[in-house]
Amino acid sequence: MDEKIIEFENVTMFYDADDEEGNKAPIPALSNVDFSVEKGEFVAVLGHNGSGKSTLAKLCNAIYEPNSGVVRVKGIVADDDEKADEVRRIVGMVFQNPDNQIVATIVEDDVAFGPENLGVEPSEIRRRVDEALEAVNMYKYRHREPHKLSGGQKQRVAIAGVLAMQTECIVLDEPTAMLDPVGREEVMQTVHRMNKEMGITVVLITHFMDEAVKADRVVVMDSGRVVMQGKPREIFSRVEELRSHGLDVPQSTELCHILGYGEGVLNVDECVEMITEKLGGAR
Amino acid sequence: MIRDITIGQYYPGKSLLHKVDPRMKLILTFAIIIVIFLCKNFFSLGVIAVTAVVASALSKVPAKMILKSLKPIVIILIFTAILNVFYTQGGATWFEWKFIKITEKGVFTAIFTMVRIISLVLISSLLTYTTTPTMLTDALERVLSPLKVFKIKVHTLAMMMTLALRFIPTLIEEIDRIMNAQKARGADLETGGLIERAKALVPIFVPLMVSSFRRAYELAFAMTCRCYTGGEGRTRMKQMKLSLLDFFALFACIAITAGIIVLNHFFTAVI
Repeated sequence: MDEKIIEFENVTMFYDADDEEGNKAPIPALSNVDFSVEKGEFVAVLGHNGSGKSTLAKLCNAIYEPNSGVVRVKGIVADDDEKADEVRRIVGMVFQNPDNQIVATIVEDDVAFGPENLGVEPSEIRRRVDEALEAVNMYKYRHREPHKLSGGQKQRVAIAGVLAMQTECIVLDEPTAMLDPVGREEVMQTVHRMNKEMGITVVLITHFMDEAVKADRVVVMDSGRVVMQGKPREIFSRVEELRSHGLDVPQSTELCHILGYGEGVLNVDECVEMITEKLGGAR
Repeated sequence: MIRDITIGQYYPGKSLLHKVDPRMKLILTFAIIIVIFLCKNFFSLGVIAVTAVVASALSKVPAKMILKSLKPIVIILIFTAILNVFYTQGGATWFEWKFIKITEKGVFTAIFTMVRIISLVLISSLLTYTTTPTMLTDALERVLSPLKVFKIKVHTLAMMMTLALRFIPTLIEEIDRIMNAQKARGADLETGGLIERAKALVPIFVPLMVSSFRRAYELAFAMTCRCYTGGEGRTRMKQMKLSLLDFFALFACIAITAGIIVLNHFFTAVI
């Protein structure tokens, strides 16, 4: 697990924008970010709106080029179109809005879009598409029209589209932000299964704390900088620090924090355990 | 309810006509349309009319649906018939009153034109009844691909058509949402004269345009991420293969064409 798949070295990125007087005023989105993801890892990137987490995602697969610093994907620096293409074969991406990333009018055709672009043999595409759809539990919907699916289903189709490209890493940019709780659960389960069973490296950009809890590592961003990094238990025990970066903690963590029962509680079960223990054992 | 819209007029089925390769269907439909205009007398036209009826029966599309496709052309039919009856003169005079004169040739031409238009619409709508829009775009891309020689970007055109088809339902949903949002803000979309109603549409189309551009932008990102670089070096999952049925359809069409040429030759032309 020590092979680095994505590596940011002192990356700075700003957007061109006009201020009120019409002068060019670059808005910094990332400043001097060092960040890396190891093969097989599940990394959650947290941050409030405008913290630069989406920019980070788009740098991972060469949609943006950094203004300074280097982004390496398996050692490849995407400085021309050909290398950018190579990077995109390694890192796939799923966006927030499921409607705006589905290309075809039939589910299986959409999943086939990626491998078709890669020039894969037709019979091989067929196999990959079926496998990918099975993996996200959407096989029985393969002949459906995407606009008749629910948000969670559409997002799973989008994930299948990346799986069919057989990328080693998948970056999900707030994949659940537009979904209902059921859809969120479906998508998160799929993402975890991908990571555990297929060994795909996952970078999950999110602002839902509960989704970050199950990650291997949490990276917290604020105003274009990486401000905290570590295991979920470590990060979520620093409640006050998280608050200062405009983030909340998972509800169970917060409850135990308010009750003064200590930190590091991550889910409901642990919370129940902690409370029963503090109340004297018997429950 | 707005989510249930289907694009085009595809009628799902498993008939022989559904099974014919979309490329073959596309080419043969065009060929037959040209042949329709080659007909010069009632015998050859009869062959085409019978072909249209037999093909409709083979498609197993309900007669009601097929007749529905003829509805929009009723006015055109009546109009052309009247014009032909009054303006084409020749042969025996059947009826004369003041300046109105109906002749044998006029009536024949009118009937001939009507049958011709009906067959035309029948045959072309059978294509869209038995082929999904997606298959049709796919077929179009493949059939037109030789045009690449002339630097025509066939793939790009087909991709644009596919994306348009894909986003029609999405945009309809969006219009619905915007309309509701504007109504909730007190917009009056249902009353007033024509101009007022047209003006009321502005607050619907402006947000729609803005959001469409945003969608297009995001979609372009998503497509780039999936390594889309245009038609070069692209493969397709679904291969189209010609089967015996396709050749049978081809031979049937050739036979019909040959028959029409022969009939044209041996009988006097009406038109």
